[in-house]
Amino acid sequence: MTGRDTLTRTWSGTHGNEPWGDLDLRLTDTCLRDGSHHKRHQFTATEVHDIVEALDSSGIPVIEVTHGDGLGGSSFNYGFSKTPEQELIRIAAETAKRAKIAFLMLPGVGTKDDIRAAQDNGGQICRIATHCTEADVSIQHFGLARELGLETVGFLMMSHTQPPEVLAKQARIMVDAGCQCVYVVDSAGALIMEQTADRVSAIVAEIGSQADVGFHGHENLGLGVANTVIAARAGATQIDGSVRRFGAGAGNTPLEAFIGVCDKLGWETGVDFLQIVDASEEVIKPAMPEECQLDRMTLMMGYAGVYSSFLKHAGNAAERYGVSGAKILLEAGNRNLIGGQEDQLIDIALMLKREAQLEEREQRVSRAG
Amino acid sequence: MTKPPRDRLSAAIVGPGNIGTDLMYKLLRSDVIQPRWVIGVDPSSEGLKLAADRGLESTHEGVDWLLKQDELPDLIFEATSAYVHREYAPRYEEAGIRAVDLTPAAVGPAVIPPVNGEEHVGRMNVNMITCGGQATIPMVAAVSRVASVSYAEIVASVSSVSAGPGTRANIDEFTRTTATGVETIGGAERGKAIIILNPAEPPMIMRDTIFCAIAPDADTDAVVQSIVAMEKAVQEYVPGYRLLQEPQIDDPSPATQGQTRVAIFVEVEGAGDYLPPYSGNLDIMTAAATQVGENIARSILGGAA
Repeated sequence: MTGRDTLTRTWSGTHGNEPWGDLDLRLTDTCLRDGSHHKRHQFTATEVHDIVEALDSSGIPVIEVTHGDGLGGSSFNYGFSKTPEQELIRIAAETAKRAKIAFLMLPGVGTKDDIRAAQDNGGQICRIATHCTEADVSIQHFGLARELGLETVGFLMMSHTQPPEVLAKQARIMVDAGCQCVYVVDSAGALIMEQTADRVSAIVAEIGSQADVGFHGHENLGLGVANTVIAARAGATQIDGSVRRFGAGAGNTPLEAFIGVCDKLGWETGVDFLQIVDASEEVIKPAMPEECQLDRMTLMMGYAGVYSSFLKHAGNAAERYGVSGAKILLEAGNRNLIGGQEDQLIDIALMLKREAQLEEREQRVSRAG
Repeated sequence: MTKPPRDRLSAAIVGPGNIGTDLMYKLLRSDVIQPRWVIGVDPSSEGLKLAADRGLESTHEGVDWLLKQDELPDLIFEATSAYVHREYAPRYEEAGIRAVDLTPAAVGPAVIPPVNGEEHVGRMNVNMITCGGQATIPMVAAVSRVASVSYAEIVASVSSVSAGPGTRANIDEFTRTTATGVETIGGAERGKAIIILNPAEPPMIMRDTIFCAIAPDADTDAVVQSIVAMEKAVQEYVPGYRLLQEPQIDDPSPATQGQTRVAIFVEVEGAGDYLPPYSGNLDIMTAAATQVGENIARSILGGAA
């Protein structure tokens, strides 16, 4: 083990000590929100209770619980929730002894009424996500969240699609609207090391001490932990991940692995490594339909820069119409689809099916000739 | 004494922005409406200049100026903001001027031309809901007129450049107003609306997906026929409105909550009058407002038109 790897910005450096003591980085586990995609939004009350209990007792300070697509996400387009998300938020809030419960909302999908309901059910941190060029749609929601006394986080989704200076401008819009921490969100798992650092640094330079900066990674190119380490060195003090990668696409930054890395680097997270590893095996794994894997489909997402939650929907459409799921994802990348446009994957599948039928017909004709 | 028969109603457009200017070009082609005034508040407005070029009376002195004129318009098309329209709507009514409201103010009943276009021709004030509503509610109605729709959900994707500051600042109003229209005019028991702003370059043409939950024993052939007929009805005033795919029917499953799911994919390409063709979301508003204005005009002009 090397000596302490000093961070320029730390969580406690800005916020002072919390119940967890001196934290260099404040972690948010999102397996009960991003993992909702992998679970096809089928979490039960018992699973949510058990996972929150395990994460909370390991020392995870923030736990996010919502439908994968945020408040109001239960729908044909994104998949219906087995258990209403507001009920899951309430169970999580009742279960957690120390951890704060966060919830996600996407303007255009959820509304201010959903934010109010989530707070009534015990949610304390309101995370508002927009595509990374559309921050101004979140202004009314940040305003409300702050008025209600909620802690706020802004998500700039698909951050790989824009250069650092564009992200910095969008971060400014969110901060001016009341956002207390802007996340670089690598929704497609497509950012590579320095690209992550440059984006975090640009936002740090723009917003200074007015707000924190965070990083949310995906594993579609296998870089979740590496990107997160470099994001922390660039000044990100809030970090997302999911224990056992339980998230969309190839999953999120494996939080237990990142916690181990932080121990090695001397970065305090307040989380007990042995306990979180046990939780991963004993509580998280049984709740997962399968492990999150780097395979043809998920690699394609990182490679083509596709929104991670398209995975299951592309799989569904591929099966329904007998076309290649990987080709659906590639075309989604070609069309520059963004988060929320799951409906267009069906349109792509139908186009691929038509193309395949035409090709088959031509082959028949040429054989006949 | 009866007045001599007129062949057209006179109209003022209030708000010379993108929508108001696009609307002007459409109204200039109308047989039953004559746009005479364009009203703004900013002397440097491009829209006011274009209106003057086309021989319309244009002013930056606002509605107060208009209402002081000796001759008043029969119709006002409001293309400002909900806030402005709520303030002026009572004064239009006092002056006996009919209003077609393109803002989300919802002072009057909402109108979707091929669904309830004739119902409200006698009202002093009618509202055009939202662009997403104009593009999707006809399809919900197409399904609900032949099968009962327990739930309908619409997903509107528009290019970022065609979503103005009003939409951005009030995105909740969009989802709420559209969802309400899906229920009250579309005929769904429960409605939901989702909007996505996509910044791709070149800008994407507006796309909308409409999902309807219908009973497992519903007549799906009739549903498909009704959808295709509705496409034609909308095309009469928005030629660039088209089904991208055959309507997709998915059998009941846990993923569809035990209902048959109808999925309808449409694209809305604008006429390119003033706004570029990709902004079908704005075009369908101005085209529908023109249609609604013309219905009102015909009802007033009677046989003379």
